[in-house]
Amino acid sequence: MELSAESLREKLLRELEADHVEVEDTTPSRCASSFRVLVVSSKFQGKPLLQRHRLVNSCLAAELPHIHAFEQKTLTPEQWDKERLKPLGGNYLQPQLLIGWFPRS
Amino acid sequence: MSGSLGRASAALLHWGRGVLLRSPALRPRSSGPGGPDSGSTEHLDGLVKKDKVVVFLKGTPEQPQCGFSNAVVQILRLHGVSNYAAYNVLEDPALRQGIKDYSNWPTIPQVYLNGEFVGGCDILLQMHQNGDLVEELKKLGIRSALLDAKKDQDSK
Repeated sequence: MELSAESLREKLLRELEADHVEVEDTTPSRCASSFRVLVVSSKFQGKPLLQRHRLVNSCLAAELPHIHAFEQKTLTPEQWDKERLKPLGGNYLQPQLLIGWFPRS
Repeated sequence: MSGSLGRASAALLHWGRGVLLRSPALRPRSSGPGGPDSGSTEHLDGLVKKDKVVVFLKGTPEQPQCGFSNAVVQILRLHGVSNYAAYNVLEDPALRQGIKDYSNWPTIPQVYLNGEFVGGCDILLQMHQNGDLVEELKKLGIRSALLDAKKDQDSK
């Protein structure tokens, strides 16, 4: 069972026909494996968040039981384009920085 | 399944919580193993429907044992949601596995609104950021504290 960031990335790219996938290995040393992923795919179009995340979960159904912690962000290509234009667009993978901000009106 | 329940029961008695096992009526709303069927569909169905906001955490709201569970607690606090049911999966292995099977979701924390599975920390965070959480709370008759905070901001 291959559990590398690269193997996860390839699987997501392939099975979700993704435009863009980033996988970050967030495993602290000497601990069980943890990953953070960003998936951009038009398959997410029109689907609520929970459904999108379940798509990713099904794609990685074989790997997830061996993964200790898993974070994911799922965007359509349009959402991804908008996200990159934001000032913190590069920091999408650090949600903990964004807790405490009031929702935009 | 029976193996892990047996261990859980033995652990309960060892910790002197035999009272909980013998009198289910005294079962506390949050924390503490629920008894021999704590991982069953019927039991979990009851738990998620008993309160409007239900979360399954690693740890407790006062002492989360995981960063993602802590994020859920902090987001609820930001919105002024204080009256919710929190179940600590670290106290009960049967609950920990049972809730994952129940929701067909591999990780903890898990958030339920009005008996319906909403998602984990990622989803709750995105709902918080895009305003959906305020709306969902409103549907449950809960007014988010952030609405009042925003009002204060606008009126200054």
